[in-house]
Parts: sequence; structure tokens; C-alpha cells
Amino acid sequence: MDNFVVEVKGVSKVYGKTIKTVALHEMNLGFKAGSFNAIIGESGSGKSTLLNIIGTLDRPTKGEVIINGVSTRNMSKGRLGDLRNETLGFVFQFHYLLPEFTALENVLMPYRIANGKADKKSQERAKEILDLVGLEKVENNLATNMSGGQQQRTAIARALMNQPKIILADEPTGNLDSQTTDGIYQLFRKINVELGTTFIIITHDRRVAEKADRIVEILDGRISLDIVK
Amino acid sequence: MKLAFDIALRFLKSSKGQTALIVLGIAIGVSVQIFIGSLITGLQKSLVDKTVGSAPQITVSPKTDGDFILDAQAQIKTIIAANPDEIINPVAVTQGPAILKTPEKSTTIIMRGFDWKAAQGIYKINDRLVKGKLGLNENEVIIGKDLAEKLSIKIGDTIEMITPTGKTGQFLVTGFFDLQVKSLNESWILTNEETAQTFFETGEGVSQIEMQVKDVFVADEVAMAVENRLNDDTLKVTNWKEENAALLSGLSGQTASSLMIQVFVLISVVLGIASVLAISVVQKSRQIGILKAMGMHNPKASLVFLFQGFLLGVLGAFVGIGLGIGLSWSFATFVTNADGSSLVPFYIDWYFIGISAGIAITASTLAALIPAIRVSKLDPMEVIKNG
Repeated sequence: MDNFVVEVKGVSKVYGKTIKTVALHEMNLGFKAGSFNAIIGESGSGKSTLLNIIGTLDRPTKGEVIINGVSTRNMSKGRLGDLRNETLGFVFQFHYLLPEFTALENVLMPYRIANGKADKKSQERAKEILDLVGLEKVENNLATNMSGGQQQRTAIARALMNQPKIILADEPTGNLDSQTTDGIYQLFRKINVELGTTFIIITHDRRVAEKADRIVEILDGRISLDIVK
Repeated sequence: MKLAFDIALRFLKSSKGQTALIVLGIAIGVSVQIFIGSLITGLQKSLVDKTVGSAPQITVSPKTDGDFILDAQAQIKTIIAANPDEIINPVAVTQGPAILKTPEKSTTIIMRGFDWKAAQGIYKINDRLVKGKLGLNENEVIIGKDLAEKLSIKIGDTIEMITPTGKTGQFLVTGFFDLQVKSLNESWILTNEETAQTFFETGEGVSQIEMQVKDVFVADEVAMAVENRLNDDTLKVTNWKEENAALLSGLSGQTASSLMIQVFVLISVVLGIASVLAISVVQKSRQIGILKAMGMHNPKASLVFLFQGFLLGVLGAFVGIGLGIGLSWSFATFVTNADGSSLVPFYIDWYFIGISAGIAITASTLAALIPAIRVSKLDPMEVIKNG
């Protein structure tokens, strides 16, 4: 099973010390490179916890996460930061753009975190990505001067900036209308096909989930359904 | 580094009101420091200048009263060699008490004789001569204007003086001086070296050698060097500091209290910056969280806040220097004596201002340490979980 780009091995997550809440039970899951995956489940089922653990933002209580064939268990915070910067792209329900910066500057941010200064090549690349998500006209707007859909598309462009192998999206269209939602999923698919980026998307929307290659349903911290099309 | 700096700058720009408030806080702190510092320094300078500026600061005299220093010029050379950079205006003085007799009254005076040119350095006689001319010839003297008034002596009068040994002399008054100290104006009679030496029968000897130093506050050290250089048991070296211990302790008390004020101003500035930046960490926690999620390392994230502290310090220091100098200038210009001269002269010490600014910038950066530490502890999960 060497072609897994992300692998979750026996991962458990327990919250609380006196009263223990188990969010994930000994979960085992692998995602193939270039696949387009949907994770569905009730709220509180543990799907966001799983995504955050895959994204190395949270550490599992037990078990390990292997990204690109390397275990993240014993990595330092700095090393994990580098891994996230190079390999992972995040899209959250809330866009989390830096309101003090323009759309273009926000997109450049992951590049600058790694390299400090944005050279001409990276600037061009950021503009290309903004073109791709259809924001070429507002690239110099401050994040606060854009619509919700534009902000979310900027966040997607930002996630793509460092050409990550994996994009992790947690309800990326939760706050958007259905038309914008369709547009964003078409965009995800396009990137998936063109760049071979692996997508792991949490969604409430069954319609969206049905378009994925694989649907994983989580119930009470366990995998209750795993359909590969 | 560059990114952290850019983010810091953008954070400060985005909340202009808040930034302006902290900058103003630092600026007021710096300006108070500069104002109080310059005020005290200016005050002390003018006080010391008034006290010892026109007086000898180091005096070399024989240990035994009534003895004389022979070969004064050779001794002056030795003295200057002790510290040629500091010692200025050396002058040999021949002096002694005498009784001045007029038909109506008699009074005790001190006659001081020196080379007029050499004495110009300390006593600035040319400027102090208010009437007549210097007594260049034998038995010519100038007297204080208060003494002249008291005894109704006019220029051109001849006065008679008697030494303690009973020697009598006749002297022609050629001018009046005003040393701006009443007791000196009433008791001193100044003349040329030869007249005094003849009258007091000292031969070639002089009573003492007086001098000044460039930095009045090292007078004691220079005096020590002079003493070692002379290496003569019959001579003693005194300096103004040992004779003005009360003034000096007053000055050092002043310095200490101004230092106290400055320290407390500094503390309040630091607390102000630290608290506002701590609030701004909470305000910017979303941004910091996402930056960390995107892979920004903890030290870099902390650096954003250290840079904010640094930038605020630099900005505050500059505004504060402007305010402080303006404040000192207006104080010197508008707070005046009855005659229109300023109560405390306007005095700018760039070295002191540089230190003030440096301390403000360092303190602001250090004040940002607390928020910076908080930032490094911020877990991106908290932000992402709570929206």
C-alpha cells in the first residue's frame, strides 16, 4: 500500500482529563495520491478532528499519521510547520484571510512564509492562480473589500500557492450559496485533474459528496461507511 | 525576517488609532525624559557656571601661611604638564590683607596682584571693568564698585593702605570693577603683579597659583594629578569641589531625583506598550493562527510582535524627541526672569537625547516580549476550532 499519500494508523483522540470524551476510535484510513475524497458525518462525529489530525494541526492521543511516507509522530513543531507549508493546503469553512493584506498578498503568504520575499516568478504564479479561481479583477482589493465567495476563492488560491500534494478542506462552501458552491467544486475537480492534487473534503452536502471518487462516513469516531467509486 | 517585519507594519497600519495612541504614549514618555533631563542638566550647568565659572577651580598654595611660591612660572609649567588637556587659565596671584584708610573711614581689604593678561582667563577683568582702565603702572589699582560707593572714592583718587606688618603705601585708583558678587566688590582691590609684590615684600614670590579645568567636574582628579606632579610637601592643592560640598550634594540629589522620575516614566511607558500589544495579540489571534497553520514557525510569529514593539518605539522616540525639544525650548523662551533672560538656559545634549531614544526603543521592544511569548504559545487549533 505504498501509494497512499496520507495514511492514518490506529489513530485515537481523547479530549478532557477527568471526563474523557473519545472523538476518534483507533481509526485506520489511507488516501491515494491524486484521489478526490469526501468525508461526511453528523456534526460531532469526529470528522473535523480527523481532518485536523491529518493536517498535523492537532496531535492524536494514540496512533500516527504518515504523510508522503513519513511519520509525523516525532516531528518538532517547526518541522511540522514546514511540512504543512510545503505539502498541505488548507481551506476552512471561514476563509481566515489576513484582512490587512490584499488578495494577491494573501495568496503569496504561504510562499513568503517559506521564502521570505516574493520574487517575480512567485508573483506571476500567484496571479495565475487568481486567474484560475476567477479573481483577476480584485487581486489588489483588501480581503475585507470582497464578497464571501471571492474571499473563499482567495483562500483556495492561497491553499494552492505552494503546489501542495494534498488539499484539506473543512466545509469549504458551508457559508456560500449553491451557485458559488457548484463553482468551487468544479474548480476543485479541475485542480485535481490538472495538477493531480489529492483532495480530502469534509462536507454536509450529499450532492457534493456524490461527485467525489470516494465517500467516507464517520459516525461516533468510527468509520461507518467507505465507498470507492 | 522581512515577512515578519511586513506583517508587523501592516498590523500597525491597519489599526491606526491604536497605533497613534501607543506612539503618543511613548512620545510623551520620551519628551518628559528629554525635557526633565535637559532642564536639570541646563540648570546644573548654569548653576555651576555661576558658582565657579569665574573663580579658580584649583588652587596651589604654600601649606604655611605667609610663605611664598618662588619661581611661579616654572611651577606653572610643572602644573600644566600634570594634565595639559584639562588645565586652562593658570595665573600666579600675589595677595595679602591690608587696611584701607580714608579721612572718614577705614576698612579691611584684600589686595590681589596678578599679570592682567593671565588673569583675563579666570576673572575676565576686561569685561568686568565697569569704569576707567586697568592699573598697568606701579602703584595703580582698580577697586570694586561697591567699595568705591561705600567709601565715596572716585577715579583718580589716591588711597592709602597699611599692611599687617605696618608698611604704608599710596595707590592711584584707575578703575572700578564689578565681579557680580557683592562681598568681593567690597573687599577686593586688584593690581598688577609688581605692585603687590613690592607692597607685600614678597620679592619674586607669589602667594598662590590659580587655574581652571575644562570639565569642572573632574577638578578633584586633576588636582590630585597636580599634587603628584609637584611632589612638594610645602605646597597644598585645593579644588572647588571640596570647598563646595553642599552644592555638589545638592546637584547629585537633583540628578538622582530626575533619574527616579525618568525611571518611573519609562516603567509606565513599558507597561502601556505591553498591555496594548497584549490586547492586540487577542485581536490578531485569527491571523496568527492561520499563519501558523500555513507553516509559520513560532519564533517568526513572535518576531511579528517584537517588530511591532520596535517600530512603535522608533516612531514614539522620534515624535518624543520633537516634543521634548519643543517643550525645553518653550520653557527656556517663555519662562523668564524679570529682565527677560531665561530662567533656565535652553540646552540640548544630543548624547543624552540619543540615550533616551535608545532606551525607549529597547524598552518598547522588550515590552513586546510578553505578547511575543503569548503568540508563540498560541495554538492554531484554538483559532480554527472556535472560528
